[in-house]
Amino acid sequence: MDGVLIGSVYGLAAMGLTLIWGVMNVVNLTHGAAIVAGMFALYLLTSGIDMPPYAALPLILVGGFLIGVALYWIAVHRMIGRPPLMILLSTFSVNLVVIGLGTAVWGTGLFNVAVALPGVTWRRYTFSGTHILAAVLTAIIAGSLYLFLYHTRLGKAVRAVANNREAAELVGIPTTRVLSLSFGLGVALAGAAGMLIATMFPFTVLSGDAYQLKSFVVTALGGLGNPAGALVGGVALGLVEGFAAQFMPVSWTLVIEFVLFVVVLIIFPRGVFAFKRS
Amino acid sequence: MKTDNTGSMPGDRRAPMLRRPFFWIIALVIVAFAIVPAVGNNVELRESLLLATVYITLASNLNLMLGYAGYINFGSIVFFGLGGYISVYLISAEGWPLAAAEFAAGAAVSLLALFFGLGILRLRGAFFALATIGINEGVEAFVSNFEPWGGSAGLYLSTTIFAPLGGPMRALWIIYFLLVAVMGASLYLSYAVKTSKFGLGLMAIGQNEDAAGVLGVPAPLYKAIAYSLSAFLPALAGGLYFFKGAFIQPPDAFDLSLSTEAMVIVMLGGRGTITGAAIGAYLYEELRGFLLTSQSFSNFQLVISGVLLLVIVLFVPGGLMGWIYGRWPRVKQVLE
Repeated sequence: MDGVLIGSVYGLAAMGLTLIWGVMNVVNLTHGAAIVAGMFALYLLTSGIDMPPYAALPLILVGGFLIGVALYWIAVHRMIGRPPLMILLSTFSVNLVVIGLGTAVWGTGLFNVAVALPGVTWRRYTFSGTHILAAVLTAIIAGSLYLFLYHTRLGKAVRAVANNREAAELVGIPTTRVLSLSFGLGVALAGAAGMLIATMFPFTVLSGDAYQLKSFVVTALGGLGNPAGALVGGVALGLVEGFAAQFMPVSWTLVIEFVLFVVVLIIFPRGVFAFKRS
Repeated sequence: MKTDNTGSMPGDRRAPMLRRPFFWIIALVIVAFAIVPAVGNNVELRESLLLATVYITLASNLNLMLGYAGYINFGSIVFFGLGGYISVYLISAEGWPLAAAEFAAGAAVSLLALFFGLGILRLRGAFFALATIGINEGVEAFVSNFEPWGGSAGLYLSTTIFAPLGGPMRALWIIYFLLVAVMGASLYLSYAVKTSKFGLGLMAIGQNEDAAGVLGVPAPLYKAIAYSLSAFLPALAGGLYFFKGAFIQPPDAFDLSLSTEAMVIVMLGGRGTITGAAIGAYLYEELRGFLLTSQSFSNFQLVISGVLLLVIVLFVPGGLMGWIYGRWPRVKQVLE
């Protein structure tokens, strides 16, 4: 059951990835770096200026959005329309810069943000308070994303660009601005997911790669460019992890996840939980 | 490409190997690598050139995928690390001689790559790139948990291991010459592939995979062969490198930053060019030496690689050789 709570946060991280993928057809390799940035933003805000942990969430969302928009203009905009290889390389190099800076400043030691929240006991299971709150906040963020995409004019524009960029351009949608907005949203979601993960588990500067891989697995499970599928995929991955942990050492989890990723991509290229989108 | 009918122009791809200037340029580079440090027994220069041979080997083999077929392999270091592990294991636990262990490692890693390749190369473009990251993580996690290979503690070779090669001093020179040979083989392999029909097929895949398929290029097979081919020589280099250190453990063997560096090198020199991969590797090795010894930059090596890669990708996508070709198009007839 705990897998569902943790998995929903994986889903949140993957939503950021899948949004960027779906809207601009870009594989964002800065995703892991954004997750780590969220973790360290929480660490700095709580230990530096004694902010209550969950008050950092809106700050991280806004900061992540602004950084994401800036990143779009620096590393992504010139690459639109060039071979996909180039955009992989450019986002990868931004990832290197961020991780490199992080390693230089904080080293690769383990960090921990202590959050005191009472757990909830139901029958013979105990759920940790941070896990429950993380899942609830994920649900709220995912709900707002849904409202934004399906019930605002701007959200409609985002969906239009995802559907067909040229056609959207023709009917007068400022596609470049929509693209930078989506990239900002994607990075903000990744940062928020990183922050929520940091309230649950200890982390290092290098944690990003593992969570990035998880996000890709979730994205593959949920169908590319499909935020709702990402949430379901995340929960599924959380369950798989919880299940696998009973039989083998935790260090094998990554191997299992990777095998899952390849198998899913080959057998279900459209995703296992890919609902038909209207 | 410009065609001509004389049949014996320098640089003509139909000319016999021995009459092509580029063949001799490669030979010259190999001889220079072998002789320059040996004259005067310059050990310091040898150590720095040894790293350069490893970089050139990794970069030119990565180039087969990244440069020719246009497929990013984020996990090229897996070949290097696995090659190191297999040969160190065969030498330490099974008592194999170096040469046999090396070739067994190379063959095993190539076979494994072919097996992986046939699986993951059904994925295209970005998915393939993601899968290679996964392969790196997966193999590292596997090796860290694999008890016969020492798990996360790694494997050691005893100090007597250099005895059959005539003591440590002589053994280090022998390893260096072998690495130079592996580097030379990598350069010739790149050249041979580039001038072959197979290479032409890879280039076609790199430009437009669907069109290549329509024209009869068996894309999945070609990609898998290229992937497997690009595994053999890095595995040999890994075997020699870790034999020299007499010690191997997962974080060193699967150091993702080495994969990254190989990519920076290929992009720096110019994607798909053999000269570019070699010059890029040499330049990068010098730059790295400078960064590591300088006080203010030693912690920022990764950051600088990242910025370098970003600048190349954004502003000079052709790399050094692309720039040179643009300026002096005639160079293209001599340097591949």
